[in-house]
Amino acid sequence: MSDLTVDYLGLSLKNPLLPSASPLSRHLDSARHLEDAGAAGIVMYSLFEEQILAEERQYERFIHNAALGHGEASSFLPDQPDYQGTLDSYLEQLQRLKENLEIPVIASLNGVTDSGWVEYGRELAGAGADALELNLYYLAADDNESAAEVEARYVEVLARLVAAVDLPIAVKLSPQFTSPVHFVRQLQQAGARGAVIFNRFYQSDINLETLQVEPSLQLSSSYESLLRVRWTAILRGSLDIDLATTGGFHEPVDVIKALLAGANAVQLCSTLLQHGPTRLQQLLAGLAEWLEREEYESVRQMQGSLSYRHAANPGEYERQNYLSVLDSFTPPPGVRY
Amino acid sequence: MAGQFSAMMDGNEAVAHVAHRFNEVIAIYPITPASPMGEHADAWAAEGLPNFWGAIPDVVEMQSEAGAAGAIHGALQAGSLATTFTASQGLLLMLPNMFKIAGELTPTVIHVAARTVATHALSIFGDHSDVMAARSTGFAMLCSNSVQEALDFAFIAQEASLRGRIPMLHFFDGFRTSHEVSKIQVPEDELFRSLINEDAIAAHRERGLSPEHPVLRGSSQNPDVFFQAREAVNPHYAAFGAVVQQVMDEYGAATGRHYSLYDYHGAPDADRVLVLMGSGAETACETVDDLNHGGQKTGVLRVRLFRPLEGAELVAALPDTVRAVAVLDRTKEPGADGEPLYKDVVTALALHRPDAMPRLAGGRFGLSSKEFTPGMVAAVFNELLSDRPRSPFTIGIHDDVSQLSLDWDENFRSDAHQGCFQALFYGLGSDGTVSANKNSIKIIGEQTDLAAQGYFVYDSKKSGAVTISHLRFGDRPIHSAYLVEDGEADFVACHQPVFLERYDMLAKAKTGATFVLNTDVPPERAWDSLPRVFQQQLIDRELKFYVIDAYRVAADSGMGKRINTIMQTCFFAISGVLPQEQAIASIKDAVEKTYGRKSRRIAAMNIEAIDNTLANLHPVEVATAVTSNMACGVKMPDEAPDFVHRVTSEIVAGRGDLIPVSLLPDDGTWPLGTAAYEKRNLALEIPVWETDICTHCGKCVFVCPHSAIRSKAFPEAALADAPATFKSIQIKGKDFPQGVHIAYQVAPEDCTGCSLCVDICPIRDKSNASRKAVNMAAQPPLRETEAANWAFFDSLPEYDHREIKLSTMKGSMLLEPHFEFSGACVGCGETPYIRLASQLFGDRMLVANATGCSSIYGGNLPTTPWRTNAEGRGPAWNNSLFEDNAEFGLGMRIAIDDQRRRARQLLDSLRDEIAPGLADEILECREEDEAGIYEQRQRVVQLRDELQGIDRPQARQLLQLAENLCHKSVWIIGGDGWAYDIGFGGLDHVLASNRNVNILVLDTEVYSNTGGQTSKATPRGAVAKFSAGGKPTPKKDLARLAMDYENVYVAHVAYGAKDTQTLNAFLEAESYPGVSLIIAYSPCIAHGVDMSLNHHQQNLAVDSGHWPLFRFDPRKGERGQNPLKLDCKPPSVPYREFVQSETRFNMLWYANPGKAEALLEEAQREVGERFHRYQQLAAMEWSPADESEQDEGAEK
Repeated sequence: MSDLTVDYLGLSLKNPLLPSASPLSRHLDSARHLEDAGAAGIVMYSLFEEQILAEERQYERFIHNAALGHGEASSFLPDQPDYQGTLDSYLEQLQRLKENLEIPVIASLNGVTDSGWVEYGRELAGAGADALELNLYYLAADDNESAAEVEARYVEVLARLVAAVDLPIAVKLSPQFTSPVHFVRQLQQAGARGAVIFNRFYQSDINLETLQVEPSLQLSSSYESLLRVRWTAILRGSLDIDLATTGGFHEPVDVIKALLAGANAVQLCSTLLQHGPTRLQQLLAGLAEWLEREEYESVRQMQGSLSYRHAANPGEYERQNYLSVLDSFTPPPGVRY
Repeated sequence: MAGQFSAMMDGNEAVAHVAHRFNEVIAIYPITPASPMGEHADAWAAEGLPNFWGAIPDVVEMQSEAGAAGAIHGALQAGSLATTFTASQGLLLMLPNMFKIAGELTPTVIHVAARTVATHALSIFGDHSDVMAARSTGFAMLCSNSVQEALDFAFIAQEASLRGRIPMLHFFDGFRTSHEVSKIQVPEDELFRSLINEDAIAAHRERGLSPEHPVLRGSSQNPDVFFQAREAVNPHYAAFGAVVQQVMDEYGAATGRHYSLYDYHGAPDADRVLVLMGSGAETACETVDDLNHGGQKTGVLRVRLFRPLEGAELVAALPDTVRAVAVLDRTKEPGADGEPLYKDVVTALALHRPDAMPRLAGGRFGLSSKEFTPGMVAAVFNELLSDRPRSPFTIGIHDDVSQLSLDWDENFRSDAHQGCFQALFYGLGSDGTVSANKNSIKIIGEQTDLAAQGYFVYDSKKSGAVTISHLRFGDRPIHSAYLVEDGEADFVACHQPVFLERYDMLAKAKTGATFVLNTDVPPERAWDSLPRVFQQQLIDRELKFYVIDAYRVAADSGMGKRINTIMQTCFFAISGVLPQEQAIASIKDAVEKTYGRKSRRIAAMNIEAIDNTLANLHPVEVATAVTSNMACGVKMPDEAPDFVHRVTSEIVAGRGDLIPVSLLPDDGTWPLGTAAYEKRNLALEIPVWETDICTHCGKCVFVCPHSAIRSKAFPEAALADAPATFKSIQIKGKDFPQGVHIAYQVAPEDCTGCSLCVDICPIRDKSNASRKAVNMAAQPPLRETEAANWAFFDSLPEYDHREIKLSTMKGSMLLEPHFEFSGACVGCGETPYIRLASQLFGDRMLVANATGCSSIYGGNLPTTPWRTNAEGRGPAWNNSLFEDNAEFGLGMRIAIDDQRRRARQLLDSLRDEIAPGLADEILECREEDEAGIYEQRQRVVQLRDELQGIDRPQARQLLQLAENLCHKSVWIIGGDGWAYDIGFGGLDHVLASNRNVNILVLDTEVYSNTGGQTSKATPRGAVAKFSAGGKPTPKKDLARLAMDYENVYVAHVAYGAKDTQTLNAFLEAESYPGVSLIIAYSPCIAHGVDMSLNHHQQNLAVDSGHWPLFRFDPRKGERGQNPLKLDCKPPSVPYREFVQSETRFNMLWYANPGKAEALLEEAQREVGERFHRYQQLAAMEWSPADESEQDEGAEK
């Protein structure tokens, strides 16, 4: 059997498949199922700064209501001495996973501002995380802020965290950077050990009945993996940084392409949510089968063999080939232009 | 002494501290001001706090106080140590059981925060009318006068009861003692334990019912033996005084606090003595010391053990020198020749000192927490100098009717406050002033050797409630059981600048005191911003004046409008009670304890705000001359009735204490509609109507909790005198002719700014989706113009009701409300239902209102929101009790029906003497719509005219009863605490009565008025008081129980989710000639939701299946149709989404996620199951049982 082991963020993984940040790590049982199904490590569900903020607002409302008074009532909700906020619950769950799993556990921080990271990062390290994934979620909608300023802030946040936390850190990126390679290089220089490409953002939608903007949830499809594969190949071609791909990896072929393009690891989410932890087993089996069939000795052997640097026709990664693709489109029967 | 620690706590907590530890079963039920005792016990049990023996007491909430008494009776009979807490009507509900418990010589203690029993009016405040009603139960009665005594006597009562087998009623003054925070000494548990006689407990257990040694108690006895058996208890009562004294002595030896059954304080050779019970005795002691320092010879006898009364001991405690005795009772027994304590003292003196009877006077004081000050005490002593002191007398009021009241010197001050710092803080119930001051007095009490006292006064509103915190601390023990008096405060803080216009708070300041004002006016202009009276007092009393823009400091620190820690910091910085650094560290420590890990950001914001406070606290130079012409005080509109000027206005201004007896109604009858005269200006923003896009749907009016936005249709011609900015437009829709205008108008000074009208508005500007047909805008710039517009709007005539289509939202919302500007919370989820009923039926309504939120915002003085129309018709309203409301309303219906029947008979008998056909027209009229009602009223007017001219007894009788020939609509309104719990028995009986009553249950799913305690309407998994760990049982399905009768109209509505269904339900319910029950979902601040999202929460409740919408109309059944109609779709939103959006549920995820998940899972299953069941019921074929089948069955 081919050797499936890979290195990612200084961790030696038994294979390249990692469940990405998802609700599956919220419960020890489902995390155990993932480990049993062959997961090489687990990226914990994200500690959302947004959630902590919302929770704080809610707690403040609780305190406010608990102190609201009139003649007959000096409060309206009973005190909750056992109250435990998201951060503490997260740390507790991290400890629980570390105690019960043999595979590495990567904690995930998902934030909107630059406050709190250092403190949260230290706590996660203290609770035993093997690595950190930093998900800098920020929608740059300020007309006074340039792309360079946004990038500089990301780099600064990362640098502060790197200085404070003695853990390998990967940065999870948005696909919407003008110059991703240059940016990832900056991150690497600031201390990032890895980059995770790319985050999928849930899109807001317009409710035509209420004319209100509402959140919407759509799981990924295999098609989305192609964007990731392309940028993995390009990044791997110029940078010596660990890369994990995420977003649209549903089938063994998706995983194989990512590895060929140069990914150290492939993160899985939608497919596990849709099919359950056993899906991981199937993907692993598909990968192993392909390696056997194609006579690869190991994953390491194939990793990056189709990167921008090593591909036989790297120009294809760069082509903006809309024209030929569109020209190749055949109208469905009965449709006339 | 060793084995004790000092702590800051209030009387309720002090009592609960002992009761929780000394009992195994605690039965609880909420009632002000005793609720916190049960809340503490429940919370401690949830936390696992054990009793003296290491077990966690079983705390069980009952459906009423009667239930609580029954439960402890059972627990006691089964050999457990059991207790309960109550007050007022709650105690009255326990009376039957108390006779039983005492008759069976069962040791227990009922702790009572003594409160006024409702008579001409309800009052939540303190006096002894409740405990005095329990005199004959056989319970011993022990009275505590202070927080320290409340703790000590809670123990002494329990231990004495166990030893002497007489159950004990331990009481202390509601609010004054139950809610006063004081520094007290608390024995460690080991010390308490060392004082417990375990043998007495063993004996109690041995007497418990058990099949191992069975006995029979509760027999039914006959004339032959009952009397003798009743007398058999006498030795126990005879011995009990000594038992209590023995326990007091042991307690004194262990703790250093020595008590006697009758404690005398004062000159050993006193010539005049005051005898009384409760917190007033503390004030009396303080005053006696002062008088005696001045050379007088006075004393106070504090009665501890009132039952059994040990007359010999009582008399022996009086100095031999006494020549005059005044006995003060904090109760009134109308018609008696003296109040209970007075008569007992008279009897004791007659029996035990017949040869040296002093001059005697009996007086009443302090009813409903009326202030009892040193000046009043001095006045009583002064009266005793007279040869014939007035008796009976009253002290504390001005009685110009019976002339019973003694005058007192309002400027009299005892010397007790030398070296005592007194501080006053004026804030809002919602701005955290009280919680910050509780924290401040705790810091002072715990971090210094000073004695400390905090007392907190709220006004009667729920929205915009004004709070005044009274803090005292000093080297000497504090016995002042009264508010900080005029000219006494060392420190006055005004946390809300708007109060400057209303309260002359510097009247409280002493010379050289400090005044701190939160204002956005810069320091250099602060002086000019003050009303004239403030400037005058700052100068005259040489006050120091500081200002801070606390709202800006709060906003700059990210804290929004939370100013409490900022103002707290100002207090410590200026008062110097603690070294500044220590004080600030303590405030930060408290912030850390409150937020800490739970909310680091908020903790950090608070700490930043504290750090920023001192730099923003500015001294202001007090000018040498008054420059302001600004007035301070309440100004009622000139057109207000005389009563409003003379009475209402004085109460609003805080001068109600000065109103003489003659100005007040003698039977509790008050005029309607006075809320309209009290302009509270609470809103920072008010809605503004956009005529160009509005479709006149009426939804904004429909949802307004305070009836502050209205619509009216009127002829265009009426606009001739309209103010320039008044808006109106041709009304849309074919139901209205051309030339009829509509206006949507806000009452700018009555709106509370909740923004629900904007939220519900369905119209959005096609080019700018954020602009609706009503939008919020800042109130101050609009206040004057909109007030003028409102006045004009109010003056416009009502549109003819006969021309309005009531089943449409637009139409029904044109009707004027007969319920407006109540003191309900901002965004209240109950009041829109009440307003709707008042719009549709207000001119013919009688309302029976259960005690609760709706009786408080509906009937708490100073002002009344129920109002009449221009013809003088309107809802007639009364609140009987909490537990009897359904029966109360049924009684109204029975009376109306009876009078109507009699009127019809009389009319029939007089038919030939009035206009031909008139009798038949009246008798046959169905009054099915507004036109029918109008016509019938016209006929009755004609009838009355004609009856005037008929000189026969029948005609005179019919004149009295003729109004009943017109339809009257009886509404029985109350909350879920009433309907699901305490009043359910009566409600059920009324449901079965088939009488034409309309029952409106405002279901907030908790006891809202008393602070959010669990009811049987509370859903599974919700965190509420008395369910601190999440309610483990499901919500009762009241609708289904009612539908089971099959002849009850039932509607389950949520106005914010489907307004037309609510409207139709009200119309159908009222038109149904039998019992109608509307169960109305009412979001409440106790849900922990942002009330501006009230409608969203209602939608979630419906869409998740928590609150299905349906109507069950028995009339359909009569027509062979299924009476049940579901008005909502099957649940489309996961129940999780609903519960996680409300703090009352989702708190549990943070405290106990495993339990929260389990309860959620169960609740999710239940809502699905329930909807499915309703679907099945609604889909059933509804046909009568086949008669032939029935016959066959009978034959078989």
